[in-house]
Amino acid sequence: MAEIQLRGLAHAYRPNPQGPQDYALKRLDHTWRSGGAYALLGPSGCGKTTLLNIISGLVMPSQGQVLFDGQDVTQLATEKRNIAQVFQFPVIYDTMTVAENLAFPLRNRGLPRAEIEARVRETAAMLDLTATLGDKARGLTADAKQKISLGRGLVRRDVNAILFDEPLTVIDPQLKWQLRTQLKQLHKRFDFTMIYVTHDQTEALSFADQVVVMYEGEVVQMGTPEELFERPAHTFVGYFIGSPGMNVLPAQVEGAVAQVGGQQLQLPRVYRDLPAGARIELGIRPEFVQAGLAEGLAARVERVSDIGRYKVAKLSLGALPLNAVLPEDMQLDGDETRIAFDPAHLHLYVDGRIVSGEGR
Amino acid sequence: MALTLDNCSRIVDGEVRLQDISLTLEAASLNVLLGPTLAGKTSLMRLMAGLDRPTEGRLLWNGKDVTGLRVQDRNVAMVYQSFINYPTMTVWQNIASPLKVAGLPRAEVKRRVEEAAKLLKLEPLLKRTPLQLSGGQQQRTAIARALVKGADLVLLDEPLANLDYKLREELREELPKIFAAAGSIFVYATAEPAEALLLGGKTATLSEGRVTQFGPTVEVYRQPNTLLTAQTFSDPPLNALPLEKRGDTLLAGEGLSWPATGPLAALADGRYILGIRPNHLYLKRPGGEALALAAKVAITEITGSESFLHLDFAGQRWVALAHGVHDLAVGSTAEVYLDPARCFVFDAGGALVAAPAR
Repeated sequence: MAEIQLRGLAHAYRPNPQGPQDYALKRLDHTWRSGGAYALLGPSGCGKTTLLNIISGLVMPSQGQVLFDGQDVTQLATEKRNIAQVFQFPVIYDTMTVAENLAFPLRNRGLPRAEIEARVRETAAMLDLTATLGDKARGLTADAKQKISLGRGLVRRDVNAILFDEPLTVIDPQLKWQLRTQLKQLHKRFDFTMIYVTHDQTEALSFADQVVVMYEGEVVQMGTPEELFERPAHTFVGYFIGSPGMNVLPAQVEGAVAQVGGQQLQLPRVYRDLPAGARIELGIRPEFVQAGLAEGLAARVERVSDIGRYKVAKLSLGALPLNAVLPEDMQLDGDETRIAFDPAHLHLYVDGRIVSGEGR
Repeated sequence: MALTLDNCSRIVDGEVRLQDISLTLEAASLNVLLGPTLAGKTSLMRLMAGLDRPTEGRLLWNGKDVTGLRVQDRNVAMVYQSFINYPTMTVWQNIASPLKVAGLPRAEVKRRVEEAAKLLKLEPLLKRTPLQLSGGQQQRTAIARALVKGADLVLLDEPLANLDYKLREELREELPKIFAAAGSIFVYATAEPAEALLLGGKTATLSEGRVTQFGPTVEVYRQPNTLLTAQTFSDPPLNALPLEKRGDTLLAGEGLSWPATGPLAALADGRYILGIRPNHLYLKRPGGEALALAAKVAITEITGSESFLHLDFAGQRWVALAHGVHDLAVGSTAEVYLDPARCFVFDAGGALVAAPAR
């Protein structure tokens, strides 16, 4: 498995790009370690698939280089890059057996029969496909087919990386669990470099060591799931990760005092010299909003939804809508409540980007 | 208007697609069909729409038998998982198409299209064609077209499955309001328990062509009549622990035993299955009456705010969902706890004996 380096990489689909708006992928420099599990997460149109296609060689970047273990592969065709790819829909031969499907990439390379058989057996064992090796692929379920697609990549030992493009889209929720945990186990055991594209935060966060959040052609944050949750670097990360996403509240801030929703709030940190005319917002995740208190900011209770494991209270702080996550047993009585924000998780954003401030 | 299915079955080439389904869908209601792929959700919708006929049983509209009535002669609209719009027509024309087919006067068409567009926030997009829309906007257009007919019955077959996560979140919040404003009978199929809970209304859980339970959504979630319903309505999957109660003791396989505490103390002697939702399998002792068990960590998934611990216990794969970040080493042994007051108790046949107190 290889370390992947993206050096000054940028891509515009149209020729002669003029400004940043013409780039599907804005300039980025990243090094992804060998054996790492990375998820590219973002909404459609954020550039994640473009980036994946550049790594796999399907798209030639307009600027910059891709290096595998220090070797420049930017000009290499996909089949020369030794990567395994798993797409949204399984790519397998329905008329072949599972074993024949797995053997196919090796037969193409003219490997000796005994070696092919040994590797097919080994790969099947890794993916729990041993019992179905003799079955025709046609009758198998979507998750089994997706495992075969993966197996066809893994059966070649020389792969530099495994790339996944929304691989669980066609899989049932209950089976998604199985497949995802199996992927993760494979990763822990064999140290594959894995890059996984998805728009689903649960998939990204539970799969990856490092999540690369993309928005409008840019990487807005790369970090562990915990970092993205605790300290979103951009309001977009706060909104996109977490369900419901982070509350983003327009505010006026002077030093350590904020005016928000017509009320005054003491901030845990001091913010000096905030740029005039900039968009100033407070970010607080619904998990860190406490409701039903005896004192605190006054909020109106619009609606409380019971969603099983917990409840979501829709509140208004003045004219600002605000979500709070409540424990499953908690009742929130009445139309009015008092709320507080956990100071350790209250962040300030200037034009969408986090600002640290100073200790008080 | 109410739609009643009276003992409906559908058998195709000797294969049971639907079996003995009796349901009444009330006027102006939202009804979720929840179950995995092949549970029969789409088959049941086709039956309700009149696209397929039951091989046994009857369909009644307000008590009137409509079993033999063709789909064209029923006032039904459908929305599918893949957005279906006419690519060459504008959003306005797409929404208006069923009304034009029905030959409504122009002024009435205009009024209804504008009303539906407003409800689905499509007003700024009416002049665009589907290719100029995002997936979410395309699906909104398809839903608007279904609503504009003023159909008695609107069937939505996993309508959000192909959308981005955040778009799903947004539409899930809006749809119940839109449905309530439209006033038809809505039937909404999903494979996701969380989606059923977010939508609310009533839920019918489906398994292998049968409706295992039908009632208010939260009630089905909290009071599943059977182990099967509880399993259908749990994501991550429900943990199940077969055990035997003998006197003051609970015995599970592999020589495990605990004192029978809390609500479990009141059970008659015999065999039971405990059902434990992943968020009720704790890493810290929740109270004095908790049962402790040691499980092997298969893998941990961390979502930032929560951790999913996949555990191997007594030959089964269990899941614990815990707040915070818990990165336990693969292969290590974790002590986890059940709170007897938080367990479902099923008898050996899978019927509910006790549910957690609320």
